[in-house]
Amino acid sequence: MRMASDARRLKTLVVGGTTTWLVIFTLLPFLIVLAISLAEPRLGVPPFTPLLECGDGIWPRINASLANYTTLFSDSLYVEAFLGSVRIAATSSLITLLIAYPMAYAIARTQARLRLALLMLVILPFWTSFLIRAYAWTGILNSNGLINSALLNAGLIAEPLPLLHTEFAVHLGIVYSYLPFMVLPIYAVLERLDWTLLEAARDLGSRPLRGFLRVTLPLSLPGVYAGWLLVFIPALGEFIIPDLLGGPGSLMLGRVLWTEFFNNNDWPLASALAVALLAMVLLSSALLYRVMRRPEASS
Amino acid sequence: MAPLGRPAGPEQPIISIDGVSKNFGAQPAVVDVSLDIARSDFFCLVGASGSGKTTLLRLLAGFETPECGRILLDGEDMTGRPPYERPVNMMFQSYALFPHLTVQNNVAFGLQEERLPKAEIGARVAAALELFDISGLAARKPHQLSGGQRQRVALARALVKRPKILLLDEPLAALDKKLREHAQVELAALRERVGITFVMVTHDQEEAMSIASHIALMRDGRVIQVGTPRDLYERPASRYAADFFGAANLFDGTLAGGSGAVSHVDCPEAGCALRVTNAEGVSPGPVTVMVRPEQVGVHKTAPTGGNVLPAGVTNIVFLGSAHVCHFTLDSGKPVQARLSPTDMAQLGGLGSGDRVHLSWDPAAGRVLAS
Amino acid sequence: MTGHRSVTLLTVLGFGYAFLYLPIAILIVYSFNDNRLVTVWSHASLRWYWALLENQQLLDAAWLSLRIAAVSASISVVLGTAAAFALQRLRPFFASRGFEVLAVMPLVVPEVLIGLSLLLLFVVVGDAVGWTVPRGAATITLAHATFGMAYATVIIRARLSQLDPALDEAAAILGATPWRTFRRVTLPLLLPAIAAGWLLAFTLSLDDVVVASFVTGPGASTLPIVIYSSVRLGVSPQINALATLIVVFVACLILAATLMTRAGGRAHGRL
Repeated sequence: MRMASDARRLKTLVVGGTTTWLVIFTLLPFLIVLAISLAEPRLGVPPFTPLLECGDGIWPRINASLANYTTLFSDSLYVEAFLGSVRIAATSSLITLLIAYPMAYAIARTQARLRLALLMLVILPFWTSFLIRAYAWTGILNSNGLINSALLNAGLIAEPLPLLHTEFAVHLGIVYSYLPFMVLPIYAVLERLDWTLLEAARDLGSRPLRGFLRVTLPLSLPGVYAGWLLVFIPALGEFIIPDLLGGPGSLMLGRVLWTEFFNNNDWPLASALAVALLAMVLLSSALLYRVMRRPEASS
Repeated sequence: MAPLGRPAGPEQPIISIDGVSKNFGAQPAVVDVSLDIARSDFFCLVGASGSGKTTLLRLLAGFETPECGRILLDGEDMTGRPPYERPVNMMFQSYALFPHLTVQNNVAFGLQEERLPKAEIGARVAAALELFDISGLAARKPHQLSGGQRQRVALARALVKRPKILLLDEPLAALDKKLREHAQVELAALRERVGITFVMVTHDQEEAMSIASHIALMRDGRVIQVGTPRDLYERPASRYAADFFGAANLFDGTLAGGSGAVSHVDCPEAGCALRVTNAEGVSPGPVTVMVRPEQVGVHKTAPTGGNVLPAGVTNIVFLGSAHVCHFTLDSGKPVQARLSPTDMAQLGGLGSGDRVHLSWDPAAGRVLAS
Repeated sequence: MTGHRSVTLLTVLGFGYAFLYLPIAILIVYSFNDNRLVTVWSHASLRWYWALLENQQLLDAAWLSLRIAAVSASISVVLGTAAAFALQRLRPFFASRGFEVLAVMPLVVPEVLIGLSLLLLFVVVGDAVGWTVPRGAATITLAHATFGMAYATVIIRARLSQLDPALDEAAAILGATPWRTFRRVTLPLLLPAIAAGWLLAFTLSLDDVVVASFVTGPGASTLPIVIYSSVRLGVSPQINALATLIVVFVACLILAATLMTRAGGRAHGRL
């Protein structure tokens, strides 16, 4: 019976250890956020009312209120932040897709020995600092930045264009930062694509464009969905890009949460925003996941 | 249920499986198997995929634990003993050579786990490499080897430990047809040379017949017949066994109460009563009569004696060493015969649509209880 | 492939890579600009690099960040290896589906949420046990290990799923105990994935502003936090120089790692 007990002890250690870590550092924090989103802010340390208080009898009194959530859905600031997050994440994901698809397609159709190097060149920026890549654009989009100086010097404009701190800059930043995440999954699907299918379509009379629309594109949809998932979801909760490149008007949830927490010191409201953000992220992931799992999408 | 194995000889069997069952969840994989395997046997477990043959092998190795029953290896109860403490070694279907180790270190792995002195390990590894003619590959990594070379490394690695039993899980499946036939001969010769017991799993009945001294046929987790290859081919115990080992013509019918040596099987499919001689012990009722294609004679004029059935030629497949002829009886029942080139020459040729008479000796047909 | 088509494809790739690399290239070029006004080119010099060397605050922050990144990446791969084993080899176990969800959760959850939730964990748990958790390098390390683990788990699990399970069985029947099997067979074969996981966790930690901002306390400013607070105020030539150094450092690290794994992959073969 030695193996059985040896193996069982090892299994208990490995599973038990990691489960403990995950419960303490992933599950418990979310539950705490959920709990504090039901509390009310106060001055003091910690800056929120306790959920459980010693009551008159044996049972502790529960101080839970949905006030924070009511605020979220009634105050136009938060509603706009919601809509802004979804809108900006969606449009920038779409632009990313429009740039990434041709790139992935071009890489998949080059000679095999070049592909790895080209792919490496797509991945490399992803490894280099996210913060620095967002920062790089501030120097370019500035009112005295590269683009404006060039245009001014050429005499094309009389005044610097407002490029930085605009929604345009936020889109640019997201597209730029997340492009590799869209290229990789699409490339992965296209690379495995059986190109004789395209030849079969040609043989059956499809012109190149029709062949692409009727064969290549449908077969590469799983990669597109995966890419969309990898860009849209993190873009929803993005903080650095809207904060660094966006203007005061570009409201996104991540940024509003940050402001509530650091500037207004309203921890309960920040928690409620976090819960809403999480719900949104999980909901969109689940939706996209369902689309990906549709039988016709995973052929 | 009584053990299906051959009666225990004077010598104790090296493997004794006693009422072993194994389920995967609700799915039974091995059902109440009892089996004895004699020392120095080349034993094959055959069956279709999902018949439980691989699970039985893995139970012997200790990768799976049985729900009930016992496994004795060389008289010792192995139940609950981990694989690393059993006197068996295994050759895997994928060969499972460690990709990060050289051939030399792959072969030395097991001896190093035994904590043998370095000098002894070196000597035994060198001898094993020599035996399998792979000394020149000692410094290579597995991915630098051909399929045949990998197979030999896997064998060397398993045998260098001098196990009492070598388990082989579809060891030749990865080789192409030509190489496989050659390897079958080599494997049988190897067993002769090393003298230990080999237990091999294969789905290929031809491979089992050509290589094994004894075969166990498995179906749905049970061992349904054990015997020599000849036993299984000539005296299958069931319709399934008859069909599994080689081609068979099967006629369903009803055995009438026989008198004397020859019995009659009433068979509408054949269009007449079939005469059989080996129905002793089979009780009257529904039966199947099996006739191997090579035992069916083909005649242009009706012969006398034996079972004679008129038939039409459907088509003829030329295989080089033989012709496989397909016929249709008047009842619509298809029948196969295998003719040597000499037989064919005596017939003076045969073409689709020809009318012929098929015949076989009553002793050649075998009665299988349904 | 027709000539016309390949020209189109080349153009696409040209624009794509220009978009990816030009902003960084510009940043690097301007880090050598002597002028205090970042966008007005005067002449090339290493002036801002020398200034960096004298900026003690930045140097301290960089040293702190490197230490946090190294420690948290190491915790990440240990936990990630264990989690990958649990998910790939030890199933089924109690609530393994929930385990799987929790293990990849940090990959989809926004950084602000991870930061906020971990900060609240430290505050609430400290409050409950009556001991204020000292926020600083330790809390940042724990937080980084938490999301680093998720990435390490995914990478190591992918490699583990490619390994032939028969290799473990082969080791076992050759006499190796489970622990010896892990040491002699599984671990060496996982090493490239573990190294990749470590590197990813390391660079993510080195790059993190958001989570660190939440869980840090007074006195523990990591390099990204220092950079970020400076960058929010506008473009600065010193930051350009620092960014150049970071980009070069990370690029060298990744290139070296890629070359190493390719060489290692060739030596190990792919089975």
